[in-house]
Amino acid sequence: MAEDKNSVNRRHFLKDSLWGACLAGLGGIAGFLSRKSKRTNTVWQIDPEKCIACGNCATYCVLEESAVKCVHAYAMCGYCKICFGFFGPEPFDISEAAENQLCPTGAIKRTFVEDPYYEYTIDEKLCNGCGKCVKGCNTFGNGSLFLQVRQDRCLNCNECSIAVACPSGAHKRVPADKPYLLKKVDHA
Amino acid sequence: MIRFGHIIFGLAFLLSLCAVVSAVERFPPPEFESGYERPSPTTPHPRQDIYEYIDAAVLLAALLVSSYLALRKRSRRAIFIMMVFSLLYFGFWRKGCVCPIGAVANIVLSVFDRSYTVPIVVGLFFLLPLVFTLLFGRTFCAAVCPLGAMQDLVLLRPVPVPNWAESGLRLFAYVYLGMAVLFAATGSAFVICRYDPFVSFFRLSWNLNVLILGACFLLVGVFIGRPYCRFVCPYGVILRQLSRLSKWRVAITPDECVQCRLCEDSCPFGAIKVPTTAWPVHEYNKSKKTLVFLIILLPVLMFIGGWMASGVRMVTSRMHETVRLAERIYLEDTGKVEGTTNASLAFRATGKEVKELYEEASNIRAKFGLGGWLFGGFVGLVIGLKLIGLSVRRQRKDYEADRASCVACGRCFEYCPKEHVRLKKAKEIVGKS
Repeated sequence: MAEDKNSVNRRHFLKDSLWGACLAGLGGIAGFLSRKSKRTNTVWQIDPEKCIACGNCATYCVLEESAVKCVHAYAMCGYCKICFGFFGPEPFDISEAAENQLCPTGAIKRTFVEDPYYEYTIDEKLCNGCGKCVKGCNTFGNGSLFLQVRQDRCLNCNECSIAVACPSGAHKRVPADKPYLLKKVDHA
Repeated sequence: MIRFGHIIFGLAFLLSLCAVVSAVERFPPPEFESGYERPSPTTPHPRQDIYEYIDAAVLLAALLVSSYLALRKRSRRAIFIMMVFSLLYFGFWRKGCVCPIGAVANIVLSVFDRSYTVPIVVGLFFLLPLVFTLLFGRTFCAAVCPLGAMQDLVLLRPVPVPNWAESGLRLFAYVYLGMAVLFAATGSAFVICRYDPFVSFFRLSWNLNVLILGACFLLVGVFIGRPYCRFVCPYGVILRQLSRLSKWRVAITPDECVQCRLCEDSCPFGAIKVPTTAWPVHEYNKSKKTLVFLIILLPVLMFIGGWMASGVRMVTSRMHETVRLAERIYLEDTGKVEGTTNASLAFRATGKEVKELYEEASNIRAKFGLGGWLFGGFVGLVIGLKLIGLSVRRQRKDYEADRASCVACGRCFEYCPKEHVRLKKAKEIVGKS
């Protein structure tokens, strides 16, 4: 009987020490994380320098309507009359008519400012983040149009499915207090 | 045209060429005379950090409530309500992200990649349920995890799973955990998040493959209780082991077991262990020999597992994008394939040396070689220990909830007559009959 009791005690002792070890292990992980982790959260963003405007952003986002939209850095824009982000490759006419436009959803608005300058604004409700205009502007223009993850729309998935599909590694995590990687004019 | 623009620009700003490669101004921004002011791009903010901390606070509160309900209050109905709340909050409101199951990958990657940092909230999401399990058993699974809640809701016609099938299928969860750790540690992929079956439902956005996967789990879940939790969930594997050691735990009976057998079939997850009789002597001696054999077999299994898993590193390493890219570039350069992909075009545009890429890829493959040994060894260890576990029989006197398998759902409480006494319902029942 005494032996029986002893063996139970031994089992309890083993279990208790294992329990303590596990708790210590969790404490260790907590310590490691508290030293290493950052207070601020991180969010997904596109590095416009790396983006090749392949069009994956429009289709791979888990949202029906992608969280990625086109952003316009007006300070870089040449306000061209013939904008390669706005007009298709061989426009019938230099006018805002739908058949001349490159954007598949007609999300770019072209308004006259003063001769010979035109302003181009993105209607975010229509933009699907396909990046066709970005490609056009980068290839023939100043590159003032570029894609960005709109943080009010992004669900901040742990593994962003656009990042998985991104061919150039442009999708990356950035600190949440600086959630955009905007293009800027560099008059060095 | 690009080149030409560059050269012009370079001549004008000889020294600062490198700094302004991106900002090619083919058409200098105009000075406006009409007083037009340039708008600036809007930058809507992400969800504020404070909300993330609120999520962590809700998790802590939910764990406390769930543990209280399962261990103290002993009310299936209250647990059910808590479960629905968690499904709505962590599932449909927070869209299933952040979740402790997926956080496994973040924690692993942060250990292996020095430059990768984990937000504190993700760390809390990973650790809090583990601590609670060490204290109270798997109360996280009971009423906090939205994936568990989703499956618990559809469980309408539970069918018992035979023991051999249960044990065999459960091995998959260990393999899945091993894979998740391997791919996260090498920085290849967060497979747990990628194949999270219910996330499509939570987000109400329909990625067809994941939707079909989730629908399958739910359909199966009508008959087999919580198939994801029992046979797939990698976090559940960790919780199982910690739950074995928990300080307090759910008890079927609030009092002493009277061996009435009423609760025997009440558990849809096969977690109720029935009393066992003492072992006959001849069987005892036979199984002693089996045990010795299995203990010798254990390192052999580990070795075979490691050898096999590291042997297929050429395949497994393809989960890493750099390896895929390097293979593609190699095929293109040697003329084995025609055409280019977006990835190979993007790589060539960076002007990086191909050699450098190959070197990176072979480094990653080497990591997969070592990781394969560890992963295969782990799987071998799990299988070996499972076999050992099956050959050992422990004597049990009462009906008990299996510490590892019990998810504290509370279904068995009302089957226990002693529970009715506790709730002072016994008289009513006697009166009715």
